[in-house]
Amino acid sequence: MENGYIALGAGDLAVGAALIALDAGLSLYLRLGLERQILVAGVRMAVQLGIMGMVLTSLFSHVSPLFTGLAAMAMIGFAGMEVAGRQDKPLSGVWNWGVGIGSMTLSATLVTALALTTALKPDPWYAPHYAIPLLGMILGNTMTGVALGLNVLTSGAVAGRGAIEAQLMLGAPRFQALAPLVRKSLRTALMPIINTMAATGVVSLPGMMTGQILGGVPPEEAVKYQILILSLVAGAIGIGAIAAVLIAAWRLTDHRHRLRLDRLKR
Amino acid sequence: MLRVENLATPGLQPCSFRVGRGECVVVQGPSGAGKTVLMRALADLDPSQGEIYLLDVARTAMTGPQWRRKVGYVPAEPGWWGEVIADHFPDQARAVAVAQELGLSESVFDRAVNQASTGERLRLALVRALLTDPLVLLLDEPTAALDPESTQKTEALIAARIRQGLSVLWTTHDRAQATRMASRILTVESGLVSDGRAA
Repeated sequence: MENGYIALGAGDLAVGAALIALDAGLSLYLRLGLERQILVAGVRMAVQLGIMGMVLTSLFSHVSPLFTGLAAMAMIGFAGMEVAGRQDKPLSGVWNWGVGIGSMTLSATLVTALALTTALKPDPWYAPHYAIPLLGMILGNTMTGVALGLNVLTSGAVAGRGAIEAQLMLGAPRFQALAPLVRKSLRTALMPIINTMAATGVVSLPGMMTGQILGGVPPEEAVKYQILILSLVAGAIGIGAIAAVLIAAWRLTDHRHRLRLDRLKR
Repeated sequence: MLRVENLATPGLQPCSFRVGRGECVVVQGPSGAGKTVLMRALADLDPSQGEIYLLDVARTAMTGPQWRRKVGYVPAEPGWWGEVIADHFPDQARAVAVAQELGLSESVFDRAVNQASTGERLRLALVRALLTDPLVLLLDEPTAALDPESTQKTEALIAARIRQGLSVLWTTHDRAQATRMASRILTVESGLVSDGRAA
């Protein structure tokens, strides 16, 4: 138990991998048709985390604002692609991933910068030990909120076209006509983090806190970190979802206050 | 009142025509010919080329909402955004007065939208459009789902408004109704609008 944590070997990971294989086997046996997806996702997890480990090792050995910034941009880019991939009725063209990337760049950088300059104050402030894991946790959760919010907005605009246009026909401006749908989108985006905050500590022990405790940090200290992280995540989801939903609502309408469903991918 | 110049959309070939003050122009043509496309373009709900003038003021000189309050549109299947009928009427006293002319009772306003019948909703959408005091009203099959008595009341109400100066474009498949209402007929076929002779 050097450094206060138990190091894992290849054999230990094989135990975990066997459980994923068990899932795939169940899918095959019960004809769920998910075995391929389970295996691909499992391999992706291992490969992506392996690469992340190497990237972090190299980032930590050269503390540079340029490399930290590049890593952050790459993470936001992947998050944007992930948001785009989760849309049932995506916006057409660059808007599909552009809205996600734009809103998450705004919210994740704002909130990460806030944490790094007030609560955490690492030296230097761009020290990748803090900036990158922090951004990763904020981005992972913001991505879910933004993806949900956008999906409700665009699907709702298609399904509720009659109701939206009925308001437009009577002379309502575009954001008034879209207001009920915008509210519903934001409620959906915020619901997971509200549920997480409500259940955390009673039902679930968050991954980061568990990790710190396994790494030898005293539980009271790990708890304080977890409260900070969840607060940052909640703030980032709020900012990110509002930005994404408003940009998309603006894109789904035009300067003549018309509903433009032709701007969704067919 | 309304002057249309080279109005065109992907489903509509360039067309030009005029609608005078207090005129009722009946729009006829087979289903899918472009009648609804024409109505939506006139209400500025879809992007279109060309220009439309209302009392010699160009559409582009007004915002979309300003235009749509003056050029009202009642589609064949009107939409509802609230739970209860009353949610759609900011001035309920005025709405009830007009609704009663169409044979609707005041109690219909307290009903949930999905508990009103298709015919009631169609007439309520007409009431809703009239309350913005439009100069031009675009009616897409306004009596298609109505019984003869309600149809007669709707025609009477619109005829009274026309006498007060309202200009109307009215699509119908009912030839007898076209004869009763039309001061002129426009035909739409495969996206081509032809300005008709006097009815």
